[in-house]
Amino acid sequence: MKKKRSGVLRPEGPDKLRGLARYVDDLPFPGGLHGATLRSTVPRGRIRAIRFDPDFPWDECVTATAADIPGQNCVALIEEDQPLLADGEVRHAMEPIVLVAHAERHRVYEALGHIHVEYEPLEPVLSMEDALEAKVPVRAPDNVIKRISIDKGDVDGALAGADVVVEGEYRVPHQEQAYIENQGMTARFEEDGTLLVEGSLQCPYYVQKALVRAFALPKEKVRVVQATTGGGFGGKEEYPSMVAGHAALLARKAGRPVKIVYDRTEDMVATTKRHPARVRHRTGLTREGKLVAQDIDVLMDGGAYATLSPVVLSRGALHATGPYECPNVRVRACMVATNTPPNGAFRGFGAPQTLFAAELHWERIAGALKKDALRLRRLNLVREGSETATGQVLHESVGARDVLEAVVRRGRYSEKKREYARWNRSRRHPSWRGIGVSVCHHGAGFTGSGEAFLASRVALALTRKGEIRVLTSSTEIGQGTIAAFTGLAARTLGVPEEWVTIERADTGLVPDSGPTVASRTCMIVGGLVERAAQRLRERILESTGRMPSTRAEMVREARRLCGREPALRVEEQYTHPPEIRWDEETYRGDAYPVYGYGATVVDLEVDRTTFEVRVRRLTTAVDVGRALSPRLVEGQVMGGVTQALGYALLENADYHDGVMQNPQLTNYLIPTALDTPPLDVMIVQRPYSRGPLGAKGVGELPMDIPAPAVAAAVHDATGLLLTELPILPERILEAFSSDPAHRQR
Amino acid sequence: MTRLTVNGRVRVFRGHPFTRLVDVLREGFGLTGTKEGCGEGECGACTVLVDGQPVMSCLVPVCQVEGRRVETIESLGGLERLDPLQKALLEEGGAQCGICTPGMVMTAHAWVRRGGSSRPAAIREALAGNLCRCTGYQHIVDAVARVVRERDRRRGDAKRPSRATSRTARRTGRHR
Repeated sequence: MKKKRSGVLRPEGPDKLRGLARYVDDLPFPGGLHGATLRSTVPRGRIRAIRFDPDFPWDECVTATAADIPGQNCVALIEEDQPLLADGEVRHAMEPIVLVAHAERHRVYEALGHIHVEYEPLEPVLSMEDALEAKVPVRAPDNVIKRISIDKGDVDGALAGADVVVEGEYRVPHQEQAYIENQGMTARFEEDGTLLVEGSLQCPYYVQKALVRAFALPKEKVRVVQATTGGGFGGKEEYPSMVAGHAALLARKAGRPVKIVYDRTEDMVATTKRHPARVRHRTGLTREGKLVAQDIDVLMDGGAYATLSPVVLSRGALHATGPYECPNVRVRACMVATNTPPNGAFRGFGAPQTLFAAELHWERIAGALKKDALRLRRLNLVREGSETATGQVLHESVGARDVLEAVVRRGRYSEKKREYARWNRSRRHPSWRGIGVSVCHHGAGFTGSGEAFLASRVALALTRKGEIRVLTSSTEIGQGTIAAFTGLAARTLGVPEEWVTIERADTGLVPDSGPTVASRTCMIVGGLVERAAQRLRERILESTGRMPSTRAEMVREARRLCGREPALRVEEQYTHPPEIRWDEETYRGDAYPVYGYGATVVDLEVDRTTFEVRVRRLTTAVDVGRALSPRLVEGQVMGGVTQALGYALLENADYHDGVMQNPQLTNYLIPTALDTPPLDVMIVQRPYSRGPLGAKGVGELPMDIPAPAVAAAVHDATGLLLTELPILPERILEAFSSDPAHRQR
Repeated sequence: MTRLTVNGRVRVFRGHPFTRLVDVLREGFGLTGTKEGCGEGECGACTVLVDGQPVMSCLVPVCQVEGRRVETIESLGGLERLDPLQKALLEEGGAQCGICTPGMVMTAHAWVRRGGSSRPAAIREALAGNLCRCTGYQHIVDAVARVVRERDRRRGDAKRPSRATSRTARRTGRHR
């Protein structure tokens, strides 16, 4: 019999399944205008003039340029370098310059064709290597957005004394989030002057912060509401501030509501992507395979503006060693600016890039030492008590070895390795088969002191109707926030789940719980929900002696507890554990409160004629502390590993002249049901004492793991080590042709 | 003027005959359950059934469905009640962000209704025109297989489903 999986069913699920959930483009929109964006066509230049065709009936339209921005012309985030609308110069193609609104959607696109921008072109920098060389300065003073150094021990001395030194270079491309709902936002000004925006977004308070700056309004006059959101994956962390600013600017000028919804091409060509990266490793080891030194160089392409790039680089650098113990480590990480659309947040946030290199590098090391990559990992993996590159001692909840052993067993790694070696010797088989493994860690929550600065708040309210409302700004973007918080609050309070409702993410109603990013929703915000629920429970118990067991009883007690107030409200704010210390200057200390661990075995075959790679099976194990809802954890893992399979094998963002050439789902391919193998997920429970009921973050970890295992499996199958993603058939062909030793196979 | 049947009701559309079916449904008739994800027939979010066959409504001018029977997500289940397929998807975790869900449900619904099998490989093929970026498809395939098995059990067709069941279990690693 099938085991019944525990956990709350998604409370918002039935509406989604019936088509009743309202996404931004489904919201009633009486009397509103449709907005659209005119974008730059050159990667770098000065704007000489903007001309509007005199024959076009502009009186039907509302237009806006940078001159119409009442406040500061920027999308406020970490830095204030990115304008809401380009003014005087453009630093990348597809940069917004003019906005147009019209009552009819098709007319607004027609209007865009009647606006002409004249440029004085300037020489652009389009690759990260050119940016680093800084022959053409595109960002003062040296084209560098951020540099990070991590130092532990004496790397040069250790490399000099090592039995073997293995070097390797690895490359990863842009990746598009490809949420199925494109970006979209509505905006209107209410009679009291409040700006109200509603749309598809992950972080309502980020949008508020940006609008406050651009519109010179006090916080109370900017209200941001999340509509049902059709996926984010990081792509709706920062860019919604841009779309909201544009819609609001048009709404302000029009005096009417304005809606901007991107089509697929605009969304793909203009919004943020995962940062491309080049990672170099120089690794010193003993003859037995014990790590003695890791010297790692990371270069990432931030695009034209800083957006979240400094933090992406930080996470990339902090994960660059992989989950291994090494006494001497040097990481030099650099984020450069190029004249390409800015890159930004995407599930994994810098870690998939550096972990791809760290994990695939074991294949090279294994070759150099003539030892098995799995055995080498076992020799070096972190355990409780291990010290990381930043000097963090891992005190608890370290499941790295458990997840590795779990997938090796379930995925029958060693048996298959032998079996496939036999299979590949026979020329009668139409394919080569291979198996690969990888193991990764992912820091849960914000890096370093981030959580202390965020100082997130949540509230729980017991209403007079006996209903428990959870108030947080954490958004539901498909990952299951509503179900997780409902279950957590109900379980802690000791009441049925039906008594709990989650307030919608509306800055007018909920406190700032920080952004919905960084695998922090469950662990950090969930922890606050748990604490608030404990306090509310205590308040109820103080007054009644026991928890009401029927709804009628609850209503009676709620009325008594509320008194004259509409609700009894309990608030909690994040307090940073004193033993978690981080020094941002030296990059020493506890980089993250705790790490999740995951391992994957990829079983695949490569067609001997077409070089197409077909993944036969993917086995993944994760240690996410305690799984609050196994079904939700499985869902996160399966979705994340599938995105990673796309990253490894399919998704090829093709850039020329600083513009993505294939911004359509027709030619930027993401995995279909047929590209995705049966997925097997195991959950290993290593509870974390500070997480709610022992939980750690899960959202990003699965995105980190599969790509290096795919490359390792292709290596196992073909003997070719492909160090650049995606592993397309033409890349395999190229590798075969340029490697004479392999022409015979 | 175009006359068509939508969810059992005869409707008339008075706009341009080349208006896309997805716009007619969403803007003309207020049936916003049908979503648009790409506008070029790649993602399948706009899938509706025309005479029982799954069709991408972003590629179909409304004049092409003159006199034909269109079914949208709004035709399944009821306000308080989920259709067995919707229920299975909810319970298996087959819907996450939900934007691909209406199209996915309509494609799967057609599969179940026209006697499709419960073999995961066959289900994957049937669903290959509907992109989902959240789930990795496994939970969706599980849910559809479950509904097909329930359908076959109701029909008393015992031979095929029992074999398919065990294969599903092996491939999805569920019996553990």
